[in-house]
Amino acid sequence: MPMHIGEKEFTNRVDKGLGDDFMRGAVRSAQGRLQSNRAGAAEELGDWDQWRDLGQEIRSHTMENLDFYLQQLSEKVAERGGHVYFAETADDANQYVSEVIAKKNAKKIAKSKSMVTEEIALNDILEENGCEVVETDLGEYILQIDDNDPPSHIVAPALHKNKEQIRDVFKEKLGYTNTEKPEELTLFAREQLRKEFLSADVGITGCNFAVAESGSFALVTNEGNARMVSTLPKTQITVMGMERIVPTWEELDVLVSLLTRAAVGQKLTSYVTALTGPKDEDEVDGPEEFHLVIVDNGRSKMLGSEFQEALHCIRCAACINVCPVYRHVGGHAYGSIYPGPIGAVITPLLGGYDDYKELPYASSLCGACTEVCPVKIPLHEQLITHRRNIVEEEKKSGLAERLVMQGFSRVTRSSKLFNVATKMAPFLVTPFVEDGSIVKGPGPIKPWTNIRDLPVPQKERFRDWFKTREKGGTGHGQG
Amino acid sequence: MVKGDIKNREAFLDKIADNLGRARKTSGVERPRWSNQVQWSVLKDHTEDQLVDVLEKQCDFIHTDLVRTNQSNLNQAIRDVIKGWNGKNVVTWDDPRFTTFGLTNQFKSWNEEDGITVNQWDASSGEESIRLAEKADVGITFSDITLAESGTVVLFSDQGKGRSVSLLPATYIAIVPKSTLVPRMSQATREIHQRVESGERISSCVNFITGPSNSADIEMNLVVGVHGPIKATYIVVEDR
Ligand code: SF4
Repeated sequence: MPMHIGEKEFTNRVDKGLGDDFMRGAVRSAQGRLQSNRAGAAEELGDWDQWRDLGQEIRSHTMENLDFYLQQLSEKVAERGGHVYFAETADDANQYVSEVIAKKNAKKIAKSKSMVTEEIALNDILEENGCEVVETDLGEYILQIDDNDPPSHIVAPALHKNKEQIRDVFKEKLGYTNTEKPEELTLFAREQLRKEFLSADVGITGCNFAVAESGSFALVTNEGNARMVSTLPKTQITVMGMERIVPTWEELDVLVSLLTRAAVGQKLTSYVTALTGPKDEDEVDGPEEFHLVIVDNGRSKMLGSEFQEALHCIRCAACINVCPVYRHVGGHAYGSIYPGPIGAVITPLLGGYDDYKELPYASSLCGACTEVCPVKIPLHEQLITHRRNIVEEEKKSGLAERLVMQGFSRVTRSSKLFNVATKMAPFLVTPFVEDGSIVKGPGPIKPWTNIRDLPVPQKERFRDWFKTREKGGTGHGQG
Repeated sequence: MVKGDIKNREAFLDKIADNLGRARKTSGVERPRWSNQVQWSVLKDHTEDQLVDVLEKQCDFIHTDLVRTNQSNLNQAIRDVIKGWNGKNVVTWDDPRFTTFGLTNQFKSWNEEDGITVNQWDASSGEESIRLAEKADVGITFSDITLAESGTVVLFSDQGKGRSVSLLPATYIAIVPKSTLVPRMSQATREIHQRVESGERISSCVNFITGPSNSADIEMNLVVGVHGPIKATYIVVEDR
């Protein structure tokens, strides 16, 4: 399972996350910081809600006409001398990239951060083929040096490691001799990686947004590694999820503005690099050869389904940063490279219910994710839809929802801090309380309360509710 | 330019159309008129001078120094910044504006008086120009469009305007002619969009650069200076 990371069992992964005090502290403070940055930036921009409406409208139009825009994109890339490969599966994509690399007789590959290449496990294949693959994003680099420790956050992949651990990894693997100061660690990584950029044969990047009208694509970064990867190697391969596209440069503006604010609270990141084809013949730097690989890998199943809106995601991680459950268990507990609420929605779609049916339950349904999403994906409703589907699918077995609920109740039982996780819920639902039960919920909670009345988290904690539910007796009415 | 290959497209796109429950669309899709134009109200009525003020404020947030000057003092202003960084090896774009703004004929005195060597990006020397940029400690370019709101200089690559100049040296200076200021990214992307619509060829690389490179990957502490420049200064120059 390429998307899969860590232990197979959801509950084991969760227990591990709960046992790691540093990780939880780090996640909490990162969430706090990213979240308040985002809130600050959104407020400063003003009209945030109108921006989100615009984002939603653009994404929705683009998905409805995705075949047209992908065709336009591929024509324009080809006109500029770039090659385009449409990959239906992860294997197709990996095979094509391998072929390009073999043809170039390339040995060293420099990569900048890309979720989709993680999803298709491209590195494994390239390494099997005898290539040296260097991750050049600082966080990813740290993980790679530490024997490929998996990422735990979309925006900050090495969030679960502290600086002393990083110093030790550098010392042990690379002979680093300085202190654990982030500045010194970073400078060391800069020097190490500079050599790699200069000697890499092929650069591989992801793609934040492709622009259909001109065959361009934009990389949104802070560190500058994506610029290195697209400036120095002679061959460049860009891998994009098929939904990462906008009609024109004007929509690129809106979505980049939403992304940088929602992700890190910046007006723009240090670099937004928009590339079109290989370098011009009279230019010196930039790739001589350019390949764009457009990946489906299960995404098209979402089109036309009740989950189509999940394809609107621009991977800003804002929903992850507000999620009380993520705060609690950390990124690795999701067992997927896509954690948090959006991960809980798309992982079962890309990887199947069989392996990921617990994920839609890893949510307290507090609605915070839906509130912050810059393109207004109804994450909540989608999680509830998943739950319904899972219950439907498993009804016949008799174990049904109970088993799944049990899995999650182990999480909630074992957690001292679950009070924190449910903190947001009382705030959201209190006005709707009658006799200790929520009779009707606002917005996102509503579909759920249509099935059964929710307990009030303040009075009876979520996990206690689960416990009593499990025993079969509760005064809250089972649906 | 030879047209590139497109592989496996038809089946892939057919499947998308199928799942969307309709026939393939190969033409005739127009962007709708979006229901709001919220991006155009940002800094809408600001004069050029007000935009410079916004830019200056924003520079505080992006760890970038801003210097204001006029054309006759530009040469000195740049030299001061370089000397402040102890820069010895400079690489610049091969851009006619260096001559228009009276800088090219000063480079000799930079060398004689301050020991600063200036190399111009030279596409005809191929790889050697990348090597020179890698060895330089200061990179200097002009800004093509400047975004006040975010503190961003927009650079269009071409033969004389190598991507490496603003990337490889540890410090970076952007000369910002005041006339390049616009409120935000919307104005720059609209301009590019209009070029595309009129069939103009757009640069192979358009960089939107906002201050020096940085990372918060270690315990969420911001470290300025990762792969790109560690320090950046914008020099805003009156040009009309
Ligand atoms: S679902 Fe929305 S909030 Fe979450 S990562 Fe995607 S765009 Fe961001």
